[in-house]
Amino acid sequence: MSPSPPALRCRGLIKRYAEVTAVDGLDLEVRAGECFGMLGPNGAGKTTTVEIFEGLRIPDAGEVEVLGDWWRGDGYSLRTRLGIQLQETKFPEKLRVHEVVRLFRSLYPRGLSVDEVMDRVGLQGKANAQVRTLSGGQKQRLSLGCALAGDPELLFLDEPTTGLDPQSRRQTWDIVDELKGRGRTVLLTTHYMEEAERLCDRVAVVDHGKIIASGTPRDLISSLGAEHVIAFSIDGPGAASVDASTFLDLPSVEKVAREEGGWRLTVREVHRAVPALLAALAERDAAPTRLTTHHATLEDVFMELTGRTLRDD
Amino acid sequence: MSELTRARVLELIREPEAVFWVFVFPILMAGLLGVAFRSRAPEALPVAVVAGEHAEARAAALSAGADVAPRILSAPDARLALTRGQVLLIVSNDEVPSYGYDPTNGESRAARLAVDAALQRAAGRDDAFNAGMAAITAPGTRYVDFLVPGLLGMNLMGTGMWGVGFSLVSARNGNLLKRLIAAPARRSHILAAQLTSRVILLIPEAGALLLFAHFALGVPIQGSLLLLIGVSLLGALTFTGIGLLTAARPRTIEGVSGIMNVVMIPMWTFSGIFFSTERFPAGMQPFIQVLPLTALNDTLRAVMLEGAGLAPLLPDLALLTTWGIVSFVLALKLFRWQ
Repeated sequence: MSPSPPALRCRGLIKRYAEVTAVDGLDLEVRAGECFGMLGPNGAGKTTTVEIFEGLRIPDAGEVEVLGDWWRGDGYSLRTRLGIQLQETKFPEKLRVHEVVRLFRSLYPRGLSVDEVMDRVGLQGKANAQVRTLSGGQKQRLSLGCALAGDPELLFLDEPTTGLDPQSRRQTWDIVDELKGRGRTVLLTTHYMEEAERLCDRVAVVDHGKIIASGTPRDLISSLGAEHVIAFSIDGPGAASVDASTFLDLPSVEKVAREEGGWRLTVREVHRAVPALLAALAERDAAPTRLTTHHATLEDVFMELTGRTLRDD
Repeated sequence: MSELTRARVLELIREPEAVFWVFVFPILMAGLLGVAFRSRAPEALPVAVVAGEHAEARAAALSAGADVAPRILSAPDARLALTRGQVLLIVSNDEVPSYGYDPTNGESRAARLAVDAALQRAAGRDDAFNAGMAAITAPGTRYVDFLVPGLLGMNLMGTGMWGVGFSLVSARNGNLLKRLIAAPARRSHILAAQLTSRVILLIPEAGALLLFAHFALGVPIQGSLLLLIGVSLLGALTFTGIGLLTAARPRTIEGVSGIMNVVMIPMWTFSGIFFSTERFPAGMQPFIQVLPLTALNDTLRAVMLEGAGLAPLLPDLALLTTWGIVSFVLALKLFRWQ
């Protein structure tokens, strides 16, 4: 049985602006029916890349194949098969929700009914409300609804939950889950690792216009070599004399990293590492002022690969 | 495209400021300016007679006819009254009178003729014949009749351009245009929907002004109503097309405002809205005649006040059409969608 063709494929993608190379030789492939995430900090080149996939920007080099087709002319026939949600789209303030959905639905030859779209994104109750009366979360769901109106084979979501409160974020995740349940392909970009871990079957980690790692979230975390992280800061007379070598030999410790204000240990077993750590510190006349442990996340993967965090706040 | 048009129309009619500028403002203008410049029954021309030995007799001679209203004032008072425009002429107190007046002022000149005739007759001059007089007032010769077609033209230009300019620049900044072209919306349809929505709103807009002007102010509509609607339609489309072109590139509201001002201010000044284009020197006429608003105002006046048919209007209509088509095509080519 031959696998179905990829929903999207690109090779050697390059895009430059003035002195900045936003996309620096990027290859990727999205399989039909999967939810694929591009995870990286702001300015990594995710939006530029996605806009090239969406046919809104022309790359300086490289090939892009979307649903087995290429961008040429006005790309009309390809656009009827895609759903595109852009960051921060401002809909006309005085139009009502159902009027906006109806407008976008009218652009596609086939798709869901206006009522179905509003149902899917939970805006049935707001059908008659003007856009200006909607909350941030509701506006974002409207935007998502307009991307779904044509019942697309491939859906692009650019930073779908940026700036939303936690409840709106979860509501959006539920909508994407439902899409996945119906076998649609989704490509999303995000700088939230929880979003990538929660929604994506596979993730590409993007930094400075390149993919620095890709795979399932689980595989990426496993690549750390250990699945738990202990983060702590220390104080005390012996604190200054503490360095990486103090911790490397402790049982179960895989990696040691210095970070702003403290240390970060990647360990295999917390229950063995922590007591050993506390003993080692006491020996050196230092004590922890803060100590937390968590299961390794994609944020830790990113930090491991680049030495920086995903968030810039 | 009907959906794009429908959405645009809904957007437009829900803006309260738009409703004011499109409907209320031109009616207000026509009403107020019509009142300010209304034709008045001819009034007697006020003149001053400087006090002295001849004053009484001369004032009596001048009062005999209905044309002149004399008053006797001291010399300095008379000078002051002339400066203030309260009198049009000063009759001196000399044996042979001399007249002080402003030769550049039409009414002042008329006063001189009337005063001289009255005083000459009083001194014994005989008329050679008694000419007959018949007052002729034709409809469509008042200032308000001249004004209304100009206001209609100005309004068609204004709503065509402001409405399109601001909304497109906001849509560009808010990523809405980008969102539309990411979806399978044809670019020509997005721009054409601006034209069609304008046409739909033209009917109440021009209709309101014309109904008010015709029934409340008595402005005549001599020519074919169909032709008048057709000309208005063409004007609306042309200026919406020009509006699309001005909105094609700017990224800011300030930018598009600046461009629209550069386009509209010359036409407000030169295109004969408030006064005839003939007041400008001959050297400027070629420039003035090529402006689209001049063509529109001229054709509107021709239809409303002179009852002109289609044939004499064709050159101006062709000019308008050319402006409209060229603007639309250029706009589509140059348009910045993101």
